[in-house]
Amino acid sequence: MAYLRPHSIEEAVGALAARPLIVLAGGTDHFPARVGPRAEEDILDISAIAEMRGIAEDDRGWRIGALTTWTTVAQADLPPLFDGLKLAAREVGGAQIQNRGTVGGNLCNASPAADGIPPLLSLDAQVELVSAAGPRRMPLADFVQGNRRTARRGDELLRAIYVPRPGHLARGDFLKLGARRYLVISIAMAAGVIERTGENTVAAARIAVGACSASAQRLPALEHAMLGTPIDKSLAMRVTPAQLDALAPIDDIRGSGAYRREAALTLVRRLVGRLAAA
Amino acid sequence: MSAPIRFRLNGTEVAVTAPPNRRLTDVLRLDLGLTGTKVGCEAGDCGACTVLVDGAQACACMIPAAQAEGTQIVTVEGLAAKGEMSALQRAFARHGAAQCGICTPGMLMAASDLLRRNSRPTEDEAMDALGGVLCRCTGYRKIVEAVLDAAANRPEASPPPSGEAVGARLQRVDGLPKLDGTERYGDDVAPADALWLRAVRSPHARAIFTLGDTKALRAKYPGLARVFTARDVPGNNGFGIYPTIKDQPVLADGQVRYRGEAVCALVGDRATIERIRDDELPIAWQPLAPLMGCPAAKAQGASAIHAHLPDNVLITGRVVRGDVEAALAQAAVTAEGAWETSFVEHAYIEPEAGYARRVGDRLEVHACTQQPFAHRDEIAQVMGLPPERVRFIASAVGGGFGGKLDLSLHPLIAMAAWHLDRPVRCVYTRPESMASTTKRHPAAVRGRWGADKEGNLVAIDFDGDFNTGAYASWGPTVATRVPVHASGPYKVGTARAFARAIHTNEPPAGAFRGFGVPQAAVLHEGLMDELADKLGMDRLEFRWKNAIRVGDATATGQVMEHSAGLAACLEALRPHWKRLRAEATEHNRRAGNGHASIRRGVGIGCMWYGIGNTALSNPSTMRLGIAADGRVTLYNGAVDIGQGSTTVLQQIAADALGVPVDCIAQIVADTARTEDAGKTSASRQTFVSGKAAELAGLDLREKVLRLANAGPKARIAIDGRRLRVKDGEAERTVDLSALKPDLPGGDVLTGRGRFDPPTKPLDADGQGVPYATYGFAAQLCDIDVDVELGTVKLRRFVAAHDVGRAINPPLVEGQIHGGIAQGIGLALMEEYIPGRTENLHDYLIPTVGDVPPIDVILIEDREPLGPFGAKGIGEPALVPTAPAILGAIRDATGAVVRKLPALPHRVRAAIKATQGGTQP
Ligand SMILES: Cc1cc2nc3c(=O)[nH]c(=O)nc-3n(C[C@H](O)[C@H](O)[C@H](O)COP(=O)(O)OP(=O)(O)OC[C@H]3O[C@@H](n4cnc5c(N)ncnc54)[C@H](O)[C@@H]3O)c2cc1C
Ligand code: FES
Ligand code: FES
Repeated sequence: MAYLRPHSIEEAVGALAARPLIVLAGGTDHFPARVGPRAEEDILDISAIAEMRGIAEDDRGWRIGALTTWTTVAQADLPPLFDGLKLAAREVGGAQIQNRGTVGGNLCNASPAADGIPPLLSLDAQVELVSAAGPRRMPLADFVQGNRRTARRGDELLRAIYVPRPGHLARGDFLKLGARRYLVISIAMAAGVIERTGENTVAAARIAVGACSASAQRLPALEHAMLGTPIDKSLAMRVTPAQLDALAPIDDIRGSGAYRREAALTLVRRLVGRLAAA
Repeated sequence: MSAPIRFRLNGTEVAVTAPPNRRLTDVLRLDLGLTGTKVGCEAGDCGACTVLVDGAQACACMIPAAQAEGTQIVTVEGLAAKGEMSALQRAFARHGAAQCGICTPGMLMAASDLLRRNSRPTEDEAMDALGGVLCRCTGYRKIVEAVLDAAANRPEASPPPSGEAVGARLQRVDGLPKLDGTERYGDDVAPADALWLRAVRSPHARAIFTLGDTKALRAKYPGLARVFTARDVPGNNGFGIYPTIKDQPVLADGQVRYRGEAVCALVGDRATIERIRDDELPIAWQPLAPLMGCPAAKAQGASAIHAHLPDNVLITGRVVRGDVEAALAQAAVTAEGAWETSFVEHAYIEPEAGYARRVGDRLEVHACTQQPFAHRDEIAQVMGLPPERVRFIASAVGGGFGGKLDLSLHPLIAMAAWHLDRPVRCVYTRPESMASTTKRHPAAVRGRWGADKEGNLVAIDFDGDFNTGAYASWGPTVATRVPVHASGPYKVGTARAFARAIHTNEPPAGAFRGFGVPQAAVLHEGLMDELADKLGMDRLEFRWKNAIRVGDATATGQVMEHSAGLAACLEALRPHWKRLRAEATEHNRRAGNGHASIRRGVGIGCMWYGIGNTALSNPSTMRLGIAADGRVTLYNGAVDIGQGSTTVLQQIAADALGVPVDCIAQIVADTARTEDAGKTSASRQTFVSGKAAELAGLDLREKVLRLANAGPKARIAIDGRRLRVKDGEAERTVDLSALKPDLPGGDVLTGRGRFDPPTKPLDADGQGVPYATYGFAAQLCDIDVDVELGTVKLRRFVAAHDVGRAINPPLVEGQIHGGIAQGIGLALMEEYIPGRTENLHDYLIPTVGDVPPIDVILIEDREPLGPFGAKGIGEPALVPTAPAILGAIRDATGAVVRKLPALPHRVRAAIKATQGGTQP
């Protein structure tokens, strides 16, 4: 059994290039999947790679290191654009989970109910993967390919998430629906960002729904319908059931598919209403 | 990485050599011997393992040892600096924030993270900080109170003087070890050289199997000491609660009847048995079509799960009084309905754990339990040993709620320790605990209730199917208790009630706080609401009018002689009811113009509960002794599973003997040193064992007074090796060292008390006196329903409980809070589905944010049979909660939720079903 805990990305991707290793970051998805008897594994613990931690800002936007914890996100000094992501950060498990669970781990684990994915979709985020062969970037929407499926190759690490600076004043929001107050897997969730023009109309809108399909989805028809419209009470009325047609919610222990579809519509309406009122 | 891992632990530098991927919980508990950090799930779900890492709370079960390198870690053992309790720990003690105490280390660590950053947090901040730690006992309110009060650092109250212990707001007498991490639960007691046992369990709900030769496995894994199978059970390979039903095998013999049933047991060193995957075992499975749910098991032609029960009906309980059809035909109004409930998991935070060892030709078992004496006898029976050769010593129990009344790991570790002559330990994983141990019976209850036009209940007709799973367990208890309670706490002349326990290929359903009565209460309260509405009566007043009172007969023909406090409970709720109802009406009227998505409602639930076994003997014996050095010891066979019996019994014994409560020590739940106090269930320990403790105290007192030749009013004071007995002006001295220390425990004087509550057997129609006394309660709850999403937000409970006498009011409040929290779970979120919800993230129990403020009103309608007038509270606390919530949902929206739990999608569907109907 091997257990590697390198301090640099180069070492880490070098090790990954040499042989298959299980990547371990905050461990909050890793350990729960390993209760009871299990075979020994070779592990690459990336938690000591300092350059993968923290949030940085430049002219083009923000870089969120993959190892940034949810607590760091929640406490970071960020503009209202990030309000949705920050709300989501405070809803990922309880304080213990937020203190150790990472943004990168949430994306790589790619649960359909991952709370980080809809807000980051609404932030138009890109992910940066890196291997011994070098880095590559892709939109988050392309990275997350389905239920626990991503575009990451076995020899790659997710290094960082990039959020572009919007062209206008922007605000984000997030709504999560669960059957209890804390520590709850979402039945459905909605996240959104609205950019507003000087005339207080919608310059851009990005709305995403999670836990209602194999991976979270943006709602392009709704986003399009909102473009150019005034930001006031009427905005929520632009949300129609047909705009959510692409969702494919399933029946499970947390709720029926039909309920999820209806709840998603309610959440999106409320989200848009809140964004318009903010 | 074989270099030692270095970090600072509670301020001291440590270096451990451990595999780098070992969970920090294991490093702390096993490598470093600090067992204060608890393990409830190993999956981040329970928070019992919360420690501080560089000042921030984190779950140690999800931290690989390697990540501890260079950090500062603080565990519960680090809180009491220099042996002195911190302000936070003292606040927990003052507020009764620890019941069983298994969640307490995690709670304390989560709270200390908060308090370091913010010494005066708000309630919301406290809840956010504690949101990741589950507690199954307390209902969280007292924990939050303690956290908010920690900064005040109040002084300790002095203990009550002699004769004033009963009724005092006394802290738990066994509280301190729960706060500093020294309490020893089932997984904290094993010696270091113990072997580990892991059961291999069936992945199939129904199958036949053959187990091949395990020689190859043993050759591959030298650390594997032995594989135990059904053939290794020396005595009877069958156990069960009832003397005549030993239907559950220790290890399945060729056939399994539910998913999670044990088929063999691996014993060896820990690393080995954790590495062997189930699919490495030579087991050839032949799955059969399982019978899931009562309808499948009852269906024509369904195969028999147990050959001797061809129709899969284990037992049918019945109570019949008068001609129900005729009475209902004449009723002015009737209400009819059906409800369904789900499997509910006890979800105690401590999974089953313990160890066994062989001592010569005797066996010693140290483990969790709710009934040490019955477990001793059952282990003996399975081992083919006489009971005297088995000693059962209960570990501290991290929550039970009925789930630790059945055997679980006990016969396995007993058998392994016996055969190997080595100590053998075992702890269940959370999924194993959930899959293999008992559940609350899912019930399908139907009924028709009738009232006359004045609003008097005239007849009830009840029928229930209770899914008792694969083995009998407590199924017969549920089937007999439910019909007795089917009418609810109301006076009704004519009744018919049947309850069937039906076998299925699902987990055995056993005892869970209320033995089926909470499920029946959903029906009787639902129909009471409907009748009240049909009669145009207020829902509370209708209940008050029909409340059973002293002099009234129950459906079993028992006349209430004393202590029937339901009417008093309802009177106490009345002003709250009126106020909350008015507020809800006002809210909904105003919401009409704007926030129509939130509707407010108020619901009410009533209950009664027979204390002790149903028409069966259930005695308890207590002893109280004085040693030559003046030490007073209560030999107490009752297991305290967190509810506080150890404290209550000490208070009672102290007042009966007439000494200060803090001069008594205890020996608890050791079959070699205490007498049988029966089981910690049926809400009986305060009433039954309490009475026995009172009698023991009185017996000892009489002996002391006789020796001192003093009258009955004399006062006893302990003064070292002497007792000073003051009778009026005269003071006499009893020199204890002059007496012979030849009594058990080395005592020189002893008092003994035995109490068996008087009952009369039930006849074929269920007529008789099933219980000596009943607890009563009424709870109301105020809620908001989000009608678009179907989510329910609880705003407040007001709970009025007739407990006869509150021996210890904070403990009673704690039971009520905890019962309400479990009632909330039953009503709104808990649904165990075999194979689907075998962990604490798919199976949801309430968190700190799910339990609203609770106002407790104690009604003390004394029960003359009970100790100082006391009855029981453990189960009554939970029974009315779910009905109150369902009634509130109906009040808010008009929707009747027929299937529990009322998950958002079910509430939403029920609301949609009312569309077109009348909205209140
Ligand atoms: C009690 C509990 C509650 C939870 N609640 C929520 C919730 O409400 N919402 C929610 O969305 N999630 C929740 N989670 C899941 C989890 O906490 C989050 O997904 C978290 O963000 C995972 O991060 P991590 O660093 O702990 O991941 P890890 O467990 O370390 O890793 C997760 C996966 O991602 C891979 N990985 C991690 N980082 C990288 C990287 N940089 N490059 C390549 N691969 C990588 C790992 O190999 C692994 O497969 C909960 C977990 C627990 C235990
Ligand atoms: S044991 Fe760590 S969260 Fe349950
Ligand atoms: S006191 Fe919290 S789980 Fe028992």
